[in-house]
Amino acid sequence: MFDPDNLYVLPLAEWIQVAVRWMAVNLRPLFTTIKWPVESLLGFIQDTFHAVPYPILILLFSLFAWRAATGRIALFTALSLAFIAIIGVWYEAMTTLALIATSIILCVLIGIPTGILCARSDKAWSVIRPILDIMQTTPSFVYLVPVVMLFGVGTVPGAVAVIVVAIPPLIRFTNLGIRMVDREIVEAGIAFGATPRQLLLEVQLPLALPTILGGLNQTVLMAMVMSVIVAMIGAEGLGLVVLQGLGRLDVGRAAVGGIAIVLLAIVLDRITQAMANEQGVQRPSFLSNFVRLLRLRRTDDEEAPIAARAARRGTAVDDA
Amino acid sequence: MTERVRIENLYKIFGDSPQEAVRLLRSGKTKDELLASRYVVGLNDVSISVPAGSIFMVMGLSGSGKSTLARCINRLIEPDAGRILIDGEDVTRADAARLREIRRSRVSMVFQHFALLPHRTVAENAEFGLKMRGLPARERREKARRILEVVGLAAWENHRPAELSGGMRQRVGLARALATEADVLIMDEAFSALDPLIRNEMQDELLRLQQVLKKTILFITHDFQEAIRLGTRIAIMADGAVVQEGTAQEIVLSPNNDYVAAFTRHIDRTRVFDAASVMSPAEPIVLSGDGTVVEQRRGGLGPAYATDPEGRILGYYAPEDLDSLSETREPKALLRKDFSAVRSDAKLFEVAPLCRSQRPVAVVDENGRLCGRIEADSVLAWIGNNQTRAS
Ligand SMILES: Nc1ncnc2c1ncn2[C@@H]1O[C@H](COP(=O)(O)OP(=O)(O)O)[C@@H](O)[C@H]1O
Ligand SMILES: [Mg+2]
Repeated sequence: MFDPDNLYVLPLAEWIQVAVRWMAVNLRPLFTTIKWPVESLLGFIQDTFHAVPYPILILLFSLFAWRAATGRIALFTALSLAFIAIIGVWYEAMTTLALIATSIILCVLIGIPTGILCARSDKAWSVIRPILDIMQTTPSFVYLVPVVMLFGVGTVPGAVAVIVVAIPPLIRFTNLGIRMVDREIVEAGIAFGATPRQLLLEVQLPLALPTILGGLNQTVLMAMVMSVIVAMIGAEGLGLVVLQGLGRLDVGRAAVGGIAIVLLAIVLDRITQAMANEQGVQRPSFLSNFVRLLRLRRTDDEEAPIAARAARRGTAVDDA
Repeated sequence: MTERVRIENLYKIFGDSPQEAVRLLRSGKTKDELLASRYVVGLNDVSISVPAGSIFMVMGLSGSGKSTLARCINRLIEPDAGRILIDGEDVTRADAARLREIRRSRVSMVFQHFALLPHRTVAENAEFGLKMRGLPARERREKARRILEVVGLAAWENHRPAELSGGMRQRVGLARALATEADVLIMDEAFSALDPLIRNEMQDELLRLQQVLKKTILFITHDFQEAIRLGTRIAIMADGAVVQEGTAQEIVLSPNNDYVAAFTRHIDRTRVFDAASVMSPAEPIVLSGDGTVVEQRRGGLGPAYATDPEGRILGYYAPEDLDSLSETREPKALLRKDFSAVRSDAKLFEVAPLCRSQRPVAVVDENGRLCGRIEADSVLAWIGNNQTRAS
């Protein structure tokens, strides 16, 4: 009698089906608009990674690791990537890396401005905070459902899912970092006549940068994990290698995929963590390092000889 | 002296509807009554006037509203009622753009914990205000270098604040404030975070700079000794209101209430009072150019000073010589020269050692004219505080 199957079943599944179908039909332009930048960026990065011969890519990635982190991490990066190439999953690994890179770039472009907004307006934070809470308590697996319903299957919807999962820590840490900046230093900025924009660029962002990079590290790891999970909605890459291996009961193949994933994850974690730590001990200009890593703009060379020198070393990598 | 900063009936309330609270305060409610209705009184009807080129000290216990007052002047905190006039311009009415202009070029600030940018060099910190103002890089660096030289940090311009000691960091803070060439300087407990020795050094440095720069300084402190040392005038705050305002000597001599008296009780009076406050009338014997006695007012005991008609001291006569003075034709021959002279604004700690020798001590004004004489007894009497003198 208390068997739940005997009860009347609320037709929730049907309602959602109807609602989603309505949204998919009527809000199609919205979702195409959201998909478009993801698709273009992903396509561009993926094509680049696939087109460049792997020894050159390994060299470039190691150089980047050297500049952004340390020589040891660069060496580790080179060895890991070489190993991935040797075990025959280079192509898939580059697909995954492109997926992660795309997601992180978009996370930064969306997450940091959102975080700044939250830090500046208690009202915005009171709206966004509960959304982030829900996003972070929902198991990442569950995100696949609405993504498939609204965006379909494939690598691009996969990237959308990765972004949604990976973005909350970056927003949180940006908000936190800015709010934690020493009150007296902010007061000093205002007292010397800084506009809100000057205050943000000269005082708040540079001082919040170590915290923001800590958030970026978490975002990168979340993106790494999710980029594997989205294989279940048809995203290509290392996740798919594992999934197919398991499906065919080919344990060897699945393990190869798994090893490549672990190596890639360690490399990404080391690099981003080193970036965050490096900012903790005070080095030249936080902002110029930051900008150089995100390639938003070059530093104003006349401003500070030391900062400029550091930035120039950084841009040399970018130019290569 | 012209007035540079004038604060009129300023109120600041922390709470939901401050205007309501201001009305209550004006109708005579106390701070505690307001606290019961969840209003924290920051400033309660504060009025002060700061003359141009002076160091005006605001002194009070922690929580008495000093920082709130300091931050209202450049509106880091918005006052709820009252006016703030800088050279007659009402800062409370300035719009956002004008306010920034005032902050960039009229009023600058030095902070208790230095508030320097850790990722910027000393020079970059010093030029911060100029950068906000949009000055070209080379011009502002030049200015910053000049100021760093003035505060003695020229060699450190490319170092980061973390490499500097506390005193040096605050010099950078001072340089940043001076670089904008603002004539009003707000210093909120600027030396309170420093070790006592360094604090003294910085106080001397500030006095030295002030002789040249002649800024109008509003200096916040909780240390009465510091207030005495630096200030031309001192305002003492309690519960958001100014309870007494005046020179250090006025405040030490007649504290308005127990709160003020508590500060004055343990201070070093030899550094508050000057020769002028302890001297007695000189009653000199005036000699004309050819040595004849022009005027002899003196009736008391002790040595008698002789001056020329302009009031400059020629020497003194010992009491035993005074009788023969009327008989002699050469009054100048009896003059003794072994006396000491102090300026009327010399503090007692400088005067006291002179009293130890048996020489008489004369007091002269800034033009070297005799204006009084000092007895060792009266110095002793002034060094004891009011309570002990009464008993
Ligand atoms: N932002 C604020 N919100 C509420 N109360 C405040 C705020 N700032 C200061 N106060 C209160 O105002 C009073 C004066 O503070 P403040 O000016 O900082 O004192 P002082 O600098 O003399 O130590 C204190 O009672 C303090 O608690
Ligand atoms: Mg204070």
